Amino acid sequence: MASEAPQFEPKIVAFVCNWCTYTGADLAGTSRLQMAPNVRVVRLPCTGRIDPLFIVKAFERGADGVIVSGCHPADCHYTAGNYHARRRFAIFRDLLDFMGVDVRRITFSWVSASEGGKWRDVVNDTTARVKELGPFTEYQGLSDPWPPAPPPTGEGASSSQALGTP
Amino acid sequence: MSRIGVLVCHCGENIGRTVDCAKVAHALGELPGVAHAADYKYMCSDPGQLLIKQAIAEKKLDGVVVAACSPRMHEKTFRRACASAGMNSFLCEMANIREHCSWIHEDRERATEKAIALARAIVEKVKRNQPLSPIHIPIERRALVIGGGIAGIQAALDVADGGGQVVLVEKEPSIGGHMSQLSETFPTLDCSQCILTPRMVEAYQHPNIKLLAYSEVESVSGYIGNFEVKVRRKARGVDETRCNGCGECQKACPSKKIPSEFEQGLGKRTAIYVPFPQAVPNIPVIDRANCALFKGRAKGAKKQACGLCKDACGRQAVDFDQQDSFVTEKVGAIVVATGYQLYTIGKAQPSEKLKGYGEYGYGKIPDVIDGLQFERLASASGPTGGKILRPSDGKEPKKIVFLQCIGSRDPAKGIEYCSKICCMYVAKHTMLYRHKVHDGKAYVFYMDVRAGGKGYEEFARRAIEEEGAIYLRGRVSKLERAGEKIKVYGFDTLSGRPMVIDAEMVVLATAMRPQPGIETLAQKLSVSYDGHGFINEAHPKLRPVETNTAGVFVAGACQAPRDIPDSVSMASGAASKVLGLFSHEELERDPTVAVVDEAGCAGCFHCERVCPYGAVERKDVKNREGVVLKVVASVNKGVCQGCGTCQATCPSKKVELQGFTDEQMFAVISAL
Repeated sequence: MASEAPQFEPKIVAFVCNWCTYTGADLAGTSRLQMAPNVRVVRLPCTGRIDPLFIVKAFERGADGVIVSGCHPADCHYTAGNYHARRRFAIFRDLLDFMGVDVRRITFSWVSASEGGKWRDVVNDTTARVKELGPFTEYQGLSDPWPPAPPPTGEGASSSQALGTP
Repeated sequence: MSRIGVLVCHCGENIGRTVDCAKVAHALGELPGVAHAADYKYMCSDPGQLLIKQAIAEKKLDGVVVAACSPRMHEKTFRRACASAGMNSFLCEMANIREHCSWIHEDRERATEKAIALARAIVEKVKRNQPLSPIHIPIERRALVIGGGIAGIQAALDVADGGGQVVLVEKEPSIGGHMSQLSETFPTLDCSQCILTPRMVEAYQHPNIKLLAYSEVESVSGYIGNFEVKVRRKARGVDETRCNGCGECQKACPSKKIPSEFEQGLGKRTAIYVPFPQAVPNIPVIDRANCALFKGRAKGAKKQACGLCKDACGRQAVDFDQQDSFVTEKVGAIVVATGYQLYTIGKAQPSEKLKGYGEYGYGKIPDVIDGLQFERLASASGPTGGKILRPSDGKEPKKIVFLQCIGSRDPAKGIEYCSKICCMYVAKHTMLYRHKVHDGKAYVFYMDVRAGGKGYEEFARRAIEEEGAIYLRGRVSKLERAGEKIKVYGFDTLSGRPMVIDAEMVVLATAMRPQPGIETLAQKLSVSYDGHGFINEAHPKLRPVETNTAGVFVAGACQAPRDIPDSVSMASGAASKVLGLFSHEELERDPTVAVVDEAGCAGCFHCERVCPYGAVERKDVKNREGVVLKVVASVNKGVCQGCGTCQATCPSKKVELQGFTDEQMFAVISAL
C-alpha cells in the first residue's frame, strides 16, 4: 500500500450482556484471538437492560458504530431478556433512519459464551463496515467535549461529594 | 468531588506486553475526581491487594477501579480486599484490559489508548456508584431432586444423610432410571440390579426422603432458598396407601400383550403393571391408553368394559376414578437429574436436524436393535432370562455386528458430540455375548475407541485381546435384510478393504440425548440449555454442578453424556453444594436488583409485564387516613434477579437497576 492519509479508525461501542457475549469476548481473549482494537465493550447484566437511548447516546458522544449482542434466543440467563431486546430493536431500527443514522452502522448479533471466534468476526466485520461508511459526523457538536472542563473553583464546586477534599 | 483510586495491573507480562500500564495509570491520574493512580505487576497478589488497602486508608478513597483482567475472574477478590479496608465493596469495579484488550491486540499504542478509554469509563461509573448492601434471605432446608435415576437417588441420599430433607420426584412409576435396565456394568462387570436396588430401597425408606413417583414438576416459582414447587401426581388408578404390592391385579388383567417400556419393547406387560419386579415403590399403575375399561370410557360406552383388577384386589386399592392431584412443596434448592434417552433413530425425529438413519433399518429389520435392548437381552431378569436370542425367531445369533457412533460424532445427522459411554458398553456387550455364546463371533465397527477412565482402557483391550472381539475401524454404509441374515456393508479403513458381513444380529450404539421435555423443564427452572437440550453448567471447569440460576444444581446425563461413576460423582457434588447452602442461617445475595421510585411511578405496569420472574408487585400508596392514592409498582428484592429489562422498558425511567443505573451507564458511554 502506498502512503496515504492516516486511515480512518472508527470508534465502536459494544453493548453486551454479562452472561453470553461478555463471556464469549472473554473467551476470545483467553484464546488470544486477534481483532480490531476499535471496539469498546460496555457490560450490562442482560440485553434486556439496553435502552435504545444508549445507542443514541453513543452516537452523540462520537461513536461511529454500535454493536448490540447478547445470548442466543432461548439461551438468556434471565430466560426472556433477549426476547424483549429483540422486539425493542426491531422497532428501533426503523427509527434510526428517521434520526439520520445509517442502519449499517449498527450490528445486532447473538454471541454465546462459547463463541469467541464469532465475537472476533462480529468485531472485525463491524469495524470493516464502519470504516467503509466513514466517520459519523451528523451528531457532531451536539454535546460538549469530554472530559468536561473542571468546574470553576470556589462557589461552583457543588455536590456533597466535595466533603473531605482539601 | 470524588476520590477514586485507579490501580493498573501488569498481570506479569500478560497486560504489560501490549499495554503501557504506567501510561494508563498516568492518564487516569489526570482525570478529575481521581485521587490516586498506580500500576503494579500483580494486583491480585497479596502485596497488590495490600497496595489497594493502603491507598484506601491513606488517600481516603471513596471508590476503586482495578484495571486488570475480566471482572468474571477477580471482581470478588478485589471487592473483598476493599471491604477489608472498610470500604463498601460495591464501590469497587474492574476495567477489563486483559481479555478485552492486551490479549487481543498487538499494536501497543492503540491497545494503550483503548485501555485508557476502558478504565476511564469505569472511573466515571464508580464515581456514581452507591454503597449497596447484600440482600439477606432465609433458607428452606429442603431440597427437590428431579429424576430418580442413579444420579437423583445418589443426590437425594447424600442430602438426606447430611440432615437435609428431600423431595424426590420421578416421572415413571418406579425410580431406578436407565441403570435398572442394565445387565452388568463396565469396567467391573458387576450386576447393575445388585448394586442399584438396595440404593432404591434405601431412598424409599429414608426418613428424610419423600418420594413422589409417577409425578412431574408442574411449575416452579421463587428463588434460591425459597422455591415453591407444584408437583403433579399423575393418577395411578391405584391408592398408594392401600396397595401392598401383592400383584393379584396384574394376574387378573386380560390385556397382557402390551409392549413393555422397561423391556424396550422386547417383553410384554399387562395394562395394570409395575415396570419390573424390583420396582420402588412396588405399586402398580393403570396404563389408561391400553386398559380396556378406560378405552371403553373414552369411546363413551355406558357399561364398564372390564374391572377384573378391581375385583382381584383384596384391599380395595384399585380406583378407576382417581384424578391427577397436585402437591406444593417448599424447597431451598433443586437438583436436576433427569438423565438421558437414546437417539430413537427408527422413529420420526423431533427436529429436522436429526435426520435419523433409515439405512440401518432400525424398526424394520427386527434383529437390528439398540444398546439398551441388548442390555435387556443380556439381563438375567430380562425377557429371555439372560439368553442372547434374536427378537425375530428366538434363535441364538452366532455372528453379531456392533456399530458404534450411531448418531454421535456425526454433524451431518445433527449430533456432533461424542456420547462417551458407547465405546465402553460395546466392549462390554461383546464380552457378555462371548460369555453366553462361546462359539459366537462379535464384530465391532468403530471410529475410535475412547476409553478414558480408570480401568477403561484395560477393559476395552481385554475385549479385543482376550475375549476375541473383532474390531474394524470404519463405518457401515447400510444394512440389508438377506433371508434370515442381515448383510452389513462396511469399510475397514485400516486394511483399505470394503467388508460385507452376514450378521445374525446387529446392535447399534445410538447417541445419548437429553430426555424429551427437558427444554420445558429448563424453562420452568430458568436454567439455560445448549443446542441439544443438555442443561448448561455455570462454568465448564470450576462450577460443573451449578447452573446459572442460583440454588439450582445439575447432576448426571441431563448435563452431558455421562457414565455411572460420573453421574454419581456429580450427584454427590451437587448434594454437597446443597448441604453447603443449607449450612447457612440465611443467604446473602448480590444487591443488583431493581428499585422503583414510587413517587414518580405512574403505575402503567409495563415493568410487570416484561419481568421474567414476576418480581414486580403492585403496591398501594395510601395517605394518612389510609385512602389509596395510587397503585405503583414495587420490586420484590428476593425474587428480582437483576436483568434490568424493566428499566429499559419503563417509559418514565422510574425503576432503576442498582449498580447499572441510567446515570452510571450514560456516564460510561460518554467517557468511552
